[in-house]
Amino acid sequence: MESRNVIEIDNLNLFYGDFQALEDINIEIERNKVTALIGPSGCGKSTFLRTLNRMNDLIENTIVKGDVILDGVDIYKEINLLDLRKRVGMVFQKPNPFPMSIYENVAYGPKAHGVKNKAILDKIVEENLKKAALWDEVKNRLDKSAMGLSGGQQQRLCIARALAVEPEIILMDEPTASLDPIATLKIEELINELKKKYSIIIVTHSMQQAGRISDKTAFFLMGEIIEYSDTTKLFSNPQKKKTEDYITGRFG
Amino acid sequence: MIKLLLRNSKEKIIYGLIISSALITMGILFWIFIFIVMNGMPHLNLQFIFSNYSGEETGIFPMIINTLMVIGITIIIAVPIGISTAIYLVEYAKNGRVVNVIRFSVELLAGIPSIIYGLFGMVFFVTILNFNWSILSGTLTLSIMILPTIIRTTEEALISVPKEYREGSLSLGASKIRTIMKVVLPSAQSGILTGIILGMGRISGETAAIYLTAGMVPRIARGILESGRTLSVHMYLLAKEGISFEEAYATATILLLLTLILNIMAKILSRNQES
Amino acid sequence: MNIENETLKKKLISKNRMAENIFSKIFFLSALISIMSLIVIIVFVFAKGVPAILEIGLMDFVFGKLWRPSSNDFGILPMILGSIYATIGALLIGVPIGILTAVYISEIATKKIRRIIIPMVELLAGIPSVIYGFFGLIVIIPLIDKGFDNGGNSLLAAMIILGIMILPTIINISDASLRAVPKEYRENSLALGASKIQTIFGVVLPAAKSGVLTAVVLGLGRAIGETMAVILVAGNSPQIPNSIFDRFRSMTANIAIEMGYAFGLHQEALFATGVVLFVFIIILNLGLNLFIRKVGD
Repeated sequence: MESRNVIEIDNLNLFYGDFQALEDINIEIERNKVTALIGPSGCGKSTFLRTLNRMNDLIENTIVKGDVILDGVDIYKEINLLDLRKRVGMVFQKPNPFPMSIYENVAYGPKAHGVKNKAILDKIVEENLKKAALWDEVKNRLDKSAMGLSGGQQQRLCIARALAVEPEIILMDEPTASLDPIATLKIEELINELKKKYSIIIVTHSMQQAGRISDKTAFFLMGEIIEYSDTTKLFSNPQKKKTEDYITGRFG
Repeated sequence: MIKLLLRNSKEKIIYGLIISSALITMGILFWIFIFIVMNGMPHLNLQFIFSNYSGEETGIFPMIINTLMVIGITIIIAVPIGISTAIYLVEYAKNGRVVNVIRFSVELLAGIPSIIYGLFGMVFFVTILNFNWSILSGTLTLSIMILPTIIRTTEEALISVPKEYREGSLSLGASKIRTIMKVVLPSAQSGILTGIILGMGRISGETAAIYLTAGMVPRIARGILESGRTLSVHMYLLAKEGISFEEAYATATILLLLTLILNIMAKILSRNQES
Repeated sequence: MNIENETLKKKLISKNRMAENIFSKIFFLSALISIMSLIVIIVFVFAKGVPAILEIGLMDFVFGKLWRPSSNDFGILPMILGSIYATIGALLIGVPIGILTAVYISEIATKKIRRIIIPMVELLAGIPSVIYGFFGLIVIIPLIDKGFDNGGNSLLAAMIILGIMILPTIINISDASLRAVPKEYRENSLALGASKIQTIFGVVLPAAKSGVLTAVVLGLGRAIGETMAVILVAGNSPQIPNSIFDRFRSMTANIAIEMGYAFGLHQEALFATGVVLFVFIIILNLGLNLFIRKVGD
């Protein structure tokens, strides 16, 4: 029996050199839900997101203290880094397809994890492009460069690419920030569809977006979580003054 | 349009000097090219290009083959080392003392005159390692000489690869080495190739270093341990000893055309990269 | 199925780890080759040259005015001065033309002209030095001979050829540093009513001065180290030139000309000439590094 929480975080502190970017973070992320992280720029929400697949490791002088437990396993102590990133996928703010064909973009991850059989790869590519609602638009030009796609298509391709390694969790770092409203809507619909199978954690600047798509919302400020609850509750009846100030637009 | 911006006659003179300087620079290039090619063309024919240099024959075929051999072998030696160094500097090294020492070494290597490379090659490869005056001694010497060119251009090409590509790959659980080999290097490909072509230009034009290490036997080297004269060494000997200005013009024309072709190739590649 | 997956995964992880280890070591070792090459070059050139300096005597070697290997006279002052004079002359010719051309490219030329002129400068940089020398031999020397009736081979001819040869270095680096000057500097100056020329010389060039100085120093390095082009136009007599119309011999020429037949102390003295040249280059590089660090602070 799987537990209700997919990630449990206990007393997480993160420093860039002397600067403390995250302070005493305690949060439980629920399985197959969409969890939104909101807050003003520089509040630590993206940094927090990147602790979940250890992308912060790339930044020099980063020190992480505390426990990040993924399905009972401490991801900073007990798991192979590459395996962790396979299980925790990520979609970035700016669509970042590789300068290769559409097919190769999706097949890249499975290949990295040892899939060599062409027939299996074909199947993976098709399946995941379908999951990302991109298949119909690109099925006739899989061998064309991904750089020729529109911004919204590129972002869905990046989602397909992330799905192709069969993650359990998908981290999204403002995935619609650089997209137009129609492309944004498509991605939001997709997120709604994906949460049936995946746990999604999304950083967003837009409170409307958080309201539309998320089940739970965490409000970050100055590296701390001020409030974390059901999205409807957080927006309709915030418990903390700072949260209320933020969601009513008094700052941020 | 420009006139409006000039204040007085003094400024007009300065403006005139700027324009003249640019014209002089371009003029010199045209002058060199036109003068040499005009004088070289009449002597440039298939027989000159494809015959040997012995007895009655005054062809440059052996020198062309030796030059191509030297370019090829030097590239084979220097490129893997140069690219690996650049990968280390850009993708692996944390800023620290070792990196500073590497960077300083590369900088100083770039500044060492080719005659000193020649001296070094002569004492080290020719004498101590006993490779004699040979293609091997020459190419090993030149490999060190063009390392800085390869390292720098590769470094620049790697730096210009967006970090988003690296993050995208790593976030999929791909290893660092896979990320570098499959995503970063292919994206930097045309920049790296441009550097290699510039390196080839430098090799083909080099005289002092190769003259002291590969010797000047005007025959096709039958192996890497044989001496072989390259085009530019041939050119030097023709001019210096006053053997034949006609042959010198024709050889110079070949060298200039080679330079031109390599430059155009580099240009096309870097245009590709921009688009 | 699951167990099989697990073993496959473990295999992959250990394979990955091994590849990672091996490659990062290869990259690091490659990077060390540059350092080792530099050390080996310095060690062997110095090992071959320094004993000669000691045997001849540092003072007699560096300040000796007579170079006559047949009677064991090894003074390279004429060559040192020859190299220095030729380099100064090359800078006097190449620096103003180079910097002004860079000013033209970055400040005045339209985009279209820039797209033509930059490849031309790159081409100039790619021309082999032996061709510059040949050009000097057949074009510059007759011109000088016609004007001054001195045979043409001279310090002046070397200055002109070296001046041309350092142009691409000076233009490229100056141009890059001029273009790195923020647009706002120019706009502010022009908005204050300064003319374009005032803006260039009062604001832009001073802002780019460390880059321009780097360009000059690298040009200097290229000029003092050039060999073949100088040999072809210098006349190569090992004597101190009294005027720019005299023949002279550079340090580089001294090495290249006599290396073919030198042996014993004579050969070592040529390596010693290389040592002196090397010391010049190292001092230049260290000086430039120190300067850049100082400006950078």
